[in-house]
Amino acid sequence: MLPALELLEGTGNAGKDRAKIAMNLSGYEIGNFFDEMFEEDGRPRAAVRPLVRKIESLSAGELASRQQAADRALVQGGITFNVYGESAGVEKTLPFDLIPRMVTAREWERLEKGLKQRIQALNLFIDDIYHQQRIIKDRAVPPEIVSSSKGFRSQCVGLHPPRGIWCHITGTDLVRHSDGQIYVLEDNLRCPSGVSYVLENRRLMKSLFPEVFDASKVRPVSNYPIALRDMLEYLAPEGSASPRVVLLTPGVYNSAYFEHSFLAQQMGVELVEGSDLVVFDGQVWMRTTKGFERVDVIYRRVDDDFLDPEAFRADSMLGVPGLMEVYKSGNVALANAPGTGVADDKVVYAYVPRIIKYYLGEEIILPNVPTYICAESEGLSYALEHLPELVVKAANESGGYGMLVGPHSTAAECAEFAKKIKADPRNYIAQPTLSLSRVPTLVNGLLEGRHVDLRPYILYGKDIFVLPGGLTRVALKKGSLVVNSSQGGGTKDTWVLAEDAWAAEQSRGPSPIPAGGGRG
Amino acid sequence: MLSRVADSIYWMSRYVERAENVARFVDVNLNLMLDSPRTDQQWQPLVNTTGDHADFASRYGAVASAENVIQFLTFDRQNPNSIISCLRAARENARSVREIISSEMWLHLNTFYLMVNSAASSGKGFEYPHNFFSDVKLASHLFTGVTDATMTHGEAWHFCRLGRKLERADKTSRILDVKYFILLRSAAEVGTLDDDVQWAAVLRSASAFEMYRKRQGRISPTSIVEFLLLDAEFPRAVRFCLNSARDSLHAISGTPVGLHRKPAEKLLGEICAELAHARVEEIIQGGLHEYLDALQTNLNRASTGIYERFFAPRVPESAQPAKEKGQ
Repeated sequence: MLPALELLEGTGNAGKDRAKIAMNLSGYEIGNFFDEMFEEDGRPRAAVRPLVRKIESLSAGELASRQQAADRALVQGGITFNVYGESAGVEKTLPFDLIPRMVTAREWERLEKGLKQRIQALNLFIDDIYHQQRIIKDRAVPPEIVSSSKGFRSQCVGLHPPRGIWCHITGTDLVRHSDGQIYVLEDNLRCPSGVSYVLENRRLMKSLFPEVFDASKVRPVSNYPIALRDMLEYLAPEGSASPRVVLLTPGVYNSAYFEHSFLAQQMGVELVEGSDLVVFDGQVWMRTTKGFERVDVIYRRVDDDFLDPEAFRADSMLGVPGLMEVYKSGNVALANAPGTGVADDKVVYAYVPRIIKYYLGEEIILPNVPTYICAESEGLSYALEHLPELVVKAANESGGYGMLVGPHSTAAECAEFAKKIKADPRNYIAQPTLSLSRVPTLVNGLLEGRHVDLRPYILYGKDIFVLPGGLTRVALKKGSLVVNSSQGGGTKDTWVLAEDAWAAEQSRGPSPIPAGGGRG
Repeated sequence: MLSRVADSIYWMSRYVERAENVARFVDVNLNLMLDSPRTDQQWQPLVNTTGDHADFASRYGAVASAENVIQFLTFDRQNPNSIISCLRAARENARSVREIISSEMWLHLNTFYLMVNSAASSGKGFEYPHNFFSDVKLASHLFTGVTDATMTHGEAWHFCRLGRKLERADKTSRILDVKYFILLRSAAEVGTLDDDVQWAAVLRSASAFEMYRKRQGRISPTSIVEFLLLDAEFPRAVRFCLNSARDSLHAISGTPVGLHRKPAEKLLGEICAELAHARVEEIIQGGLHEYLDALQTNLNRASTGIYERFFAPRVPESAQPAKEKGQ
């Protein structure tokens, strides 16, 4: 056990302030984990001091009432997601915790570099896979990782997406282990969701803790919709003077419908469903009350398989027949490009360090979690022998489904899972159980440590832009490591600090994505 | 504006108006029954005027009672035109265009739906029917007020008004028809005191009693029909409704009133012109029911015209379809 929080507990001469401190943070246990807010010895990390002082100054009741104000705002604003498996139209709010997670300027600088490197390499990888497959010919990765990947789309072979970009919008999941190191847990290259919560959480926090924002120099996230729209306009076919951008949603029953509607509104673009679009004369058009209007760029939040019944699943009611042909001819842009799923396969993930080395000739900046590939014999035997210590994931599942958390499973569950792995080793990878870092989280009026991850959002347009912030997901259940919203997770605001005068200057400087169309 | 969005807005407001008018139907009949000394209550005509009598008969049987008709028209989720179904549909439409309508509209509509939902589960709608139905009417008025006060009076707002006014014109004509059915059953009573009481109830159901009194004074069936059908200033009168529906339609398409380029505008313009020149005596002579029937048919044709023009535009015939182009 770590020492009690010395700054907070005091050394005997507990003054008036310290009595208050005791109300909120005295019982807080760092435990055997990396805590994002406190050093091992219990002192608050330098960056979070203004926040800790603020929390100290509040009575326990005040903290709870600010939390309630936040919850109320979410319900009234209808900031909801739909839950699958329950009756249609069941809307819930994503639990929000008001204690933010902080990232220092120095740490962010490294994350940003690492993420840009990763996205650049993955984009080159996808382009190569759908063209010459040099990386396979040069034996840097085995051919099976493509042939057996569920995300590979033969329809995309030979495709040239506008400006050579495939993965325009990425959300990369990061975790910090107890060694203090931040690892990449997985890449989400198929239109990841969650960014609306980043923006809404920030809006809430600004109203709840305005003083702390001032003192902490938190970098803003509110320009994301502008950066997103600029990036999308950059993809428009040549010759469209004011490109028409639309956001394609599967519709009102989709779990992320709120986000689709929110982003469309924030970007000032039309929110369309498949039936609003029609293809003729080699173009994509939308049906309006004034007739048909041409569409240049589609930010699609519909999966590849449902995008175009003529190219992918014929039974799709969500897509636009003929869309892929227009896309291939270059008359419309899609973000993300179809087929990017080939690179966020959990097996391909294991090869990302080699992929970066191959295309960029660089060492990976943000390390992967050590990964045992069950498709390889050494990996398989290691995984089967060490199941109780490992986390095993199905290659093509997301949302926390189809996985085994060894240390939290019974021998019977491990044995059952071993059978599944042996039946289809290609479908599994195994990783050591990470001890995710924790952040104080308000639970029944008290602050307790809860495990978190971090999903920053990266836009790839004229430049690669990493939004200084991201979605911090928190496992609200005590001891749980599963942060997914479908499995009892919540969210926190993420504060990337500008820290010193130099950094503050940078954050106010020109945005990496140029304003005003940005087409070169 | 996207066709689907316009369609949703139009139906959102049509469904709210329809819920209000169903409440008016039921309420007028409750009033008539209370004022009527007879024991043979007449609920079947109510089901007939909504046009859903086959559905009713198959699920509730041959005998229409106050209880089963109120259930059918108010809380029956299987009846697509019941109050609760209308509000559900209005809410679903609103939900799909939340980024277009004002948040106040969404908030109010959501509250409205929850109110009816809770009345359905608590049984309050049966216990105090008059209270419940006036709550529904009031909530619908509030929705219209919130819409007018919080939404830009642009294309979307005109689609709102178009839907509301077409629905209201149709339903006012049907309220007149309710009286017509009752008249059929009691031809001997025409002109009696009971008859006057019934006509007054018809006026009340359209919130028209006081306005009518100011205009006409005496209760006379002819002038009541004239008032509800042909008045150009009373907001629930068919003519008034269709005039403003026509204005919205022209505002949407950008064609000046008087110029009819498209079938929907032409049709609606013709109906308005007909109402402007119609004489009530001739209408009654030719048969009120027949006249209303023809009016409803024309309104349906106008609705179809609006659908084809704005909500389901056709791909031009000269266009190359998707498949051939890609080869």
